[in-house]
Formats: sequence, C-alpha cells, structure tokens
Amino acid sequence: MTDTAQAVVADGLTKKFGAFTAVDRLDLSIAKGEVVGFIGPNGAGKSTTIRMLCGLLAPSAGAATVAGFDVGREPEAVREHIGYMSQKFSLYGDLTVRENLRFFAGLYLVPRSDLAARMQVAVTMAGLEGRENALVRTLAGGWKQRLALGCAILHRPPVLFLDEPTSGVEPEARRRFWDLIHRLASEGVTILVSTHYMDEAEYCNRIALIDAGKLVAVGSPGELRRRELGGVLYELDCSALGAALAALHEARDVIDAAIFGDKLHVLLRQAEAAATLQPLLAQQGIVAGPPRRIAPSLEDVFVQLVTRPHVAEASA
Amino acid sequence: MSPRRLFAIAFKETLQVWRDPRSLAIALLMPLMQMVLLGYGVSLDIRRVPLCIYDQENSQTSRELVTRFVASGWFVTARTLNDERAVRDAMDHGACIGAVTIPVNFSRRLASTGSAAVQTVFDATDANTTSIAIGYAQGVIALATANFESSWAAAHGIQPQTAGGVDLEPRVWFNEGLDSRNFIIPGVVAVILGLVGAQLSSLTISREWERGTMEQLISTPVTALEVMIGKLVPYFVIGLFDATFCLCATAFWFQVPFRGSLGTLLATTALFTLVVLGIGYLVSVRIRSQLGASQIALMLTMLPIALLSGYTFPIDQMPGPIQAVTLVVYARYYVTILRALFLKGSTIGDLTVPILALVLYAVAIIWIAARAFRKRLG
Repeated sequence: MTDTAQAVVADGLTKKFGAFTAVDRLDLSIAKGEVVGFIGPNGAGKSTTIRMLCGLLAPSAGAATVAGFDVGREPEAVREHIGYMSQKFSLYGDLTVRENLRFFAGLYLVPRSDLAARMQVAVTMAGLEGRENALVRTLAGGWKQRLALGCAILHRPPVLFLDEPTSGVEPEARRRFWDLIHRLASEGVTILVSTHYMDEAEYCNRIALIDAGKLVAVGSPGELRRRELGGVLYELDCSALGAALAALHEARDVIDAAIFGDKLHVLLRQAEAAATLQPLLAQQGIVAGPPRRIAPSLEDVFVQLVTRPHVAEASA
Repeated sequence: MSPRRLFAIAFKETLQVWRDPRSLAIALLMPLMQMVLLGYGVSLDIRRVPLCIYDQENSQTSRELVTRFVASGWFVTARTLNDERAVRDAMDHGACIGAVTIPVNFSRRLASTGSAAVQTVFDATDANTTSIAIGYAQGVIALATANFESSWAAAHGIQPQTAGGVDLEPRVWFNEGLDSRNFIIPGVVAVILGLVGAQLSSLTISREWERGTMEQLISTPVTALEVMIGKLVPYFVIGLFDATFCLCATAFWFQVPFRGSLGTLLATTALFTLVVLGIGYLVSVRIRSQLGASQIALMLTMLPIALLSGYTFPIDQMPGPIQAVTLVVYARYYVTILRALFLKGSTIGDLTVPILALVLYAVAIIWIAARAFRKRLG
C-alpha cells in the first residue's frame, strides 16, 4: 500500500511494442473521488495506459498502483478493485441484459443477498427496465454503453477505468452517460475516462493530455486554459484558410495558428500584434475580417500543446 | 477456485452453445450424421460384386453354377453376355468387376471326366477388392466342385473319397461372422468424439477474442483455471452425451456385440473426451480466430484419428516408422480399448497399457492447457 489518498499512481509507466514506444515514462496520480479525463488523439497511448493500469498489459518499465495494489505484482488484487469498460463494446451480444449482469455478478462474487438489488440498480441506470430479457445485440449504442457501465460497477469498485465509453454514441446518450459518471464520482468512485471529444473534457475535474505516448499536461480545465497557452488568442474570418495559415506561421508575432471549423485561431505574443494581422494577410491577397479576442477553449490548448492540426479536425 | 465463478462461466457457455446454430449442429447433428455415414458407408467387406456371365453352353449344369455364384450373396449378375468382345467392353466400362466364362462343352466334360474348366476374369484396378472377390469366387467354385464330384461319383457307382488327408477347420474368434463392420464401428465413436469435442472446444476461447469479449472477461478477478474448467464442463457433458448416443447406436442399431465392462467403457470414454477437449482448448488459446482454430483442431484430431489410430487401417500392417508414430496418437489407445471391450470382452487388467497411456495423455494435455491461457493482452 502506498499513499492512501491517491487511488491511482503511475510512476514512469512505460510500454514498448518492439521498437515502438506506446507509452513513455508516464507519471500520473489521481486522488480518490476524482474524475480525470484522458485526452489525446487516436494512437496517443490512452488505451495502452489504461490497459496497464488494469493489469491487462505488463509494463515494460516503471510501476503503477491502483487502489493501493501494484499492477505488475498484484494484478488479481487490482482487478477486484476496479471496473473496466474496454474501448470496443464487450458484453455478450447473444446473452440477454439480465444474463450479462448475472454473469459478471457471478465473476465478481457479488453477495447473493444483494444480487437482485444491484442488478435492478444497473438495469434502472441503463434505462433498460422492461427489457431485461432482450438480447444485448438488439440494443442501440447508448443502452449498450450504459449496460456495460452497469456490469462494470456491479461489485462497487472504488476505481473505474472507462476507455472511450462514448465513442460512436449519439450526443444525447453521451450527456446521459456523463451524468452517470458524475453520480458515481459523487459517491466517491475514482474515474479515469478517456475520450477524444474535447467537449467532454470540460466535464472532468482534471485533464491529462497525452500525445505520442507522452503526458503533455495535467490540470483542471480552467488551469490548463490559463496556464498552457502562453499568449493571447484571436479568432479570424478570412477567405483562403490554407494560404492564410501558411502566411501566419511565417509572421514574427504569431506563436501558432490553426483552423477551427471555418475560422482561424491565432495565438499572438501580445495583444498589440492583432492590428497587424489584416495588413499582413492583405499583402498575400487574402481578405480577412477584423480579429476578435476570444477565451481559449481546451481544444486551443491541446492544439497549442501538441501542434498537430489533425487533432483539431478530429474533435471539431 | 470459486464454485460460483465456475458455475457462472459454465452457464454462460451453455447459453452460448444453445443459441449458436453452428455449435448446436456440431453437438447434436454431427454425431447422428457421422454415425450413419461411417456406420453404413465404411465397410471393408465386399458384397454384391457385379459379375458378367458369358455362358457359352447354357445348359442346366452351367446355369446351376451361375445360380451358385448369385446365391452365395457375394455376387450379382450385372449382365449376361454372348461374346468375348462384350466381356471386354463390360469390364472397360466398369459394368462389372469380374466375368465368368463357361465353355461350350462344360457339362459334357463334367459328365465324362468328372472335371471341367471355368474361366474367371477380374478387374484388378482395386487390388484389395479383387483379391477378396477372387477368394469368394474360389469358395463358390470349390463348393460347386464338391457337389458335382459327389454326384458324378454317385452316377458312376464310385464311393466318394473319404479316406485320409488333414482337414483344416478354421474357427475365428471375437468376430465370428468375419464382419468388418464389427471391427470398424466401435472406432467410429472415437472419430465422432474427436470431431465434436475438439471442434466445440476450439471455438470457446477464440470466440471471446474474435467478438472482443475477452478483454472484459480478463479484466475481472476470474482465474485462468476457472475459465478453463468452467468453459470445458458443458462440452464434457455434451461429449459424454454424444458418446453415449454413439455407443448405444453401435450396440443396439448396428448390433456389434458388447462383451466388456460398462464401467471401463465409460471411464475410458471420459478420459478420451478430456484429451480431445484439452487439445481443442489449447488450439483455441493459441489461435484467435474461430475459423482458424476449428481448422487446426480438425487437423490435429481427424487426421490422426482417421489414419493412424488403427480405426480403419490396421496398425500392425503399417511400415515400421509409421507404427512408431502411432504410439503418440492418443486415439489408437482408445480405439484399441473400444475394440477390445466390444469384441473381446477384455478386462481392465488386459487393458492396463492403453488405459495408462490415455491417463497420461489426459493429465499432460490438461496440465499444458491450464498453463497456456494467460490473463494478458498481446
């Protein structure tokens, strides 16, 4: 047992697949009852990190404790104290709602006296009352996800790992899912949830940004917006986005520029430089509207930190 | 090991088999189909060999000889021909396997000298069948000859020869009717168990990988041993059910005599089921696609069982090196036991060696299988 206030502690956690380093010396600690969003593009190492924390992959180097147990040395003890939802939906489609719940309750040795009550809670939580005997493969995405969450918390684990639980689920169902996450957190459950939806990051107590296997920044959404940008952010309407982007990257006062939807976000060293943007673009024959100063979103922060245009597109 | 987890897994697995038409077909229809196909289709006996008859004489005596061929049950008349060329044609076209030519002076010579020649020609493309058919033909002719001789002797007022000589009176044991079906059908049980058991268990782990349910399963505290035992129990029950069906069909439908002990039969059948389930499970752990796993399981069970177990091809007639190979073919021990129990009524004492071999195999396979599955990804 290590620090009892921390539910998850990763210390130099590293995973190599041959020559490829999927997760590179990752340090992270999550306090009890915290909801931490794990944000990063596909292939950044989110799933690999979560799988190591669940004891499903052996770390190549470094160590981690979950609920006080070492993931390398005591994976079984870790498994008794966690709930896990893998990225791919992984309940049994050829079993009914009730059969799936009963199966996982059996594996987790949920006390028989409490079985009916807990299964009822899970069914209610998933909104599947009256459909207990439906085969799971006949359910729509949102219901499947909520049922998977229900199966993962039957044994009331203190720590939950949710790997992109809302991918491919419609917005309304995503919102309902996040309500459930917050309800669990209010009951003291520690939750690490990965996503590539930037808007979901705002729902988290803290965010861990990961890119190319490295942890880029950790902090609350507010902290990250204030701390990580290091400049002033402007929004710009203009005609030729691609050409404008190239021109702005050359400019002296521009730290970074990126395309957001049909607009440009430009990070400047100081506010005075804003006035130079229109003339600068006009020289290249690009017509631009007046720059507007805006509050940075997490997406801006993330783009700034990893400077990868495709990340912004993926989440737009 | 938690009984509750074992039950949870066994119950889930049972539901999945019950709801999967392919698994259900393998479990329930396959034994029936195989029993019919192998029970009726595979026979080393030769019956109803098609013969062409070229009776040049067409006398009462010659017709009597022809009747003897047909009455023996081994032969049927495919065609009755009128010239030499037609005999050749019929053979070429596969209309018959053998031809009997009775010369024009057959009955006259028989009446005057007491002996006459008959020509038989056989198609030796399938040497095995033909040599057996020739044997049958010789039998028919020998019987006819004895008959003709005694009536000729009687007609000429001579006592039939009774003096001297050694008479060979062959008597066969264990399969008195020399019925190859009795030899083969007990082994069919091994074929079916190998097929059904390994096929079903080869799907069990690979199905979880293929459908993506494995990751969730191994994130729970369930142990690898619980997974293995929980998953194999339903297939063990199915295997024993199928075996019982096949054994009953062997004894009651195909009327193969059963002379051994029922307890020994059940115990060795259970052992053999364990071995094939273990092999299927091992394959399933290694191969993460259901199709691949079932193909490899098929190769590891059907090929050795069909070819090297002695089920159809007697082991003692194989070349030395191949005989040595059969020592590691687990099915040969079970086939030996089955045959001995059915036909010879052997006791456990007689069967110590093959039973020990099966025990050794079962323990080794299950031990390896138990260690093969790791609760890790990649």
